[in-house]
Amino acid sequence: MKEFLEFFSFADANVRFVTLGSVLLAGSSAVVGCFTLLRKRALVGDAVAHAVLPGVCLAFILSGTKNPLILLIGAFITGWLSLILIDFITSRSRIKEDTAIGLVLSVFFGIGILLLTSIQHSGNAAQSGLDKFLFGKAASLVGEDLIVFSFVAILLLATTIVFYKELKLLCFDETYAKTIGYPVRGLELLLTTLTVLAVVVGIQAVGVVLMAAMLITPAAAARFWTDKLGVMLVFAAIIGAFSGLAGAFVSYTAPAMPTGPWIVLIVSMIAILSFAFAPNKGWVARIIRRRRNKKLILEENLLKLLYQLGESKQDYTTNRPLQELLAKRAFPAKEAKKGLARLSAQGYLEKKKSGWELTTQGIKRGRRVVRLHRLWELYLTQYLQLASDHVHEDAETIEHIITPELEQRLLEELNYPQLDPHSTHIPGVTKLIN
Amino acid sequence: MILQAENPIVEVHDLTVSYDRKPVLWGVDLTLPAGALVGVIGPNGAGKSTLVKAMMDLLPSGSGYVRLFDKSINEVRKRISYVPQRESVDWDFPASVFDVVLMGRYGKMGLFNRPRKADKDAAMEALEKVGMQSYADRQISQLSGGQQQRVFLARALAQNADLYFMDEPFAGVDIATETAIIELLRTMRDQGKTVIVVHHDLQSAADYFDWVVLLNMRLVASGPTEKVLTQQLLEQTYGGKLTVLSKVGELLRKQEFPSREKR
Repeated sequence: MKEFLEFFSFADANVRFVTLGSVLLAGSSAVVGCFTLLRKRALVGDAVAHAVLPGVCLAFILSGTKNPLILLIGAFITGWLSLILIDFITSRSRIKEDTAIGLVLSVFFGIGILLLTSIQHSGNAAQSGLDKFLFGKAASLVGEDLIVFSFVAILLLATTIVFYKELKLLCFDETYAKTIGYPVRGLELLLTTLTVLAVVVGIQAVGVVLMAAMLITPAAAARFWTDKLGVMLVFAAIIGAFSGLAGAFVSYTAPAMPTGPWIVLIVSMIAILSFAFAPNKGWVARIIRRRRNKKLILEENLLKLLYQLGESKQDYTTNRPLQELLAKRAFPAKEAKKGLARLSAQGYLEKKKSGWELTTQGIKRGRRVVRLHRLWELYLTQYLQLASDHVHEDAETIEHIITPELEQRLLEELNYPQLDPHSTHIPGVTKLIN
Repeated sequence: MILQAENPIVEVHDLTVSYDRKPVLWGVDLTLPAGALVGVIGPNGAGKSTLVKAMMDLLPSGSGYVRLFDKSINEVRKRISYVPQRESVDWDFPASVFDVVLMGRYGKMGLFNRPRKADKDAAMEALEKVGMQSYADRQISQLSGGQQQRVFLARALAQNADLYFMDEPFAGVDIATETAIIELLRTMRDQGKTVIVVHHDLQSAADYFDWVVLLNMRLVASGPTEKVLTQQLLEQTYGGKLTVLSKVGELLRKQEFPSREKR
């Protein structure tokens, strides 16, 4: 707790810098990642992330320093090279893109690890800390590093804002972009460069192994919450920035901990929560919808049954006990009881001493379900040429989902029929004269 | 029967297009008239879409050239518009109907510029023309096939072009949409626009088009509908692939042979 307060008071200048840096890095790569995701090149990000390692090591070997700018340039070069190689392999051979990505990723990363190991055993004192590129260390984002990396992160954000409209069209419909004269090759090159840069700046905080998650996961999580690209970019940036902040905190309070895995765990948690709780698309929303449907079906079936029982004598207000209903139709008893209670709370039923009675609105609604059932049966026999003894099951579900507009269409197409395929009267079919 | 148009708006010279070295269109040479509804017709795999794409310089041509408005395509990009096949994009993209139609204005806006009020007006007008104005804010993944097709059409209309290329705009749409689209195309033609449509239904072709191009890996016929849609020419078009032509094409691919000697 003490550390928590210490960190979030931002009293320590070091903490301020580290936080700012991590937030910027994670946020900017999340924004670029949105376009990478929408262009369906998520795996490419992973390949680039792994391919920057040999670049970092080579830059160190050749220059002998850990100057962030030099390491960044080295990383950029091999990251780029890996992408060109993937494109080259895919276009010039029969190897498909996924295989090419796998090949390039492992070869580059293998060379990277090889170089890193040899540097570590070279006895060069300056090398200490290079291994943080593997799993990241946000707390080391200070001084010159911070300035260089933050500058690149801001550049990334600015470029995506300037090219927002162009990148959007590129990701949605590349061919069309070509026909209106957009420099599609150039835009592709731009997006590739942005991806490589996002990876290069991100590895400082997360490390090469898990960088792909920083690129893709915030975008995937944000997609659950919105159907607007602009909003998606903002959400992804916030999710990325939040996990960057969390990573900085972990890196500060537990210096022995690798930051990358922590950031990735946090961002993955957010993604899982989004998957679960996002409105409409999340699975909780889907479960709720399914349960609501189930309730609706049960309630309408109860009303329908009560209406049907009254049909023979044209008397819909007879009281009927639960047992009578259960004898007619195999409702699960407990559910049926609850359903009846809900219907009476909604005003469709009234509980009398000897059982349940339809109210005026209840009669109307029950009649509508019966009508829709029979209309649909008729529709199936007339338009789908189904035999009349094959249509009942289908109508059992469809009767609950037909909207008033569709009902009107059905009535018109069937020319306001009075009898269903079993020669039973269809209740309440009247032509509106207007 | 290959008839030439007077003052052609499209000129295709000796065009050969290959995929992976295998020619799918051999030596197409034709002209198309301005202000007409043109149907490109032929069986599956005849190269109809390929021809339209090659006309718009979306595919590299092995040989030959295309001229639009008697100019090279890059000089007249602003005057042409393209309606790609519906399936060519991912409709789960985070965008609204209006967003997509507004893309039709991107060419006129130029790079970096944001949509102006006038662009938004034009997009809304285009949506009205296809009867989709009430869907402007709808997420595109919620659209039916016919609605998707109308949105693509509206996007092309928003471009305010003179020459339209449409790849199978009637594929998989309901009758109501098909009627609405053909009515719209006729209105456009009557306003002096030229519309080139890839179409696969022979039944409606005679009714829809003023000029017909019959295609089956090579050009079979090009000319006014009543002269071209004859029993004999249709048999030539639909009477199966030319076996020798296919085999030679396959050989070119297998042997990695160029379809033209380099000069």
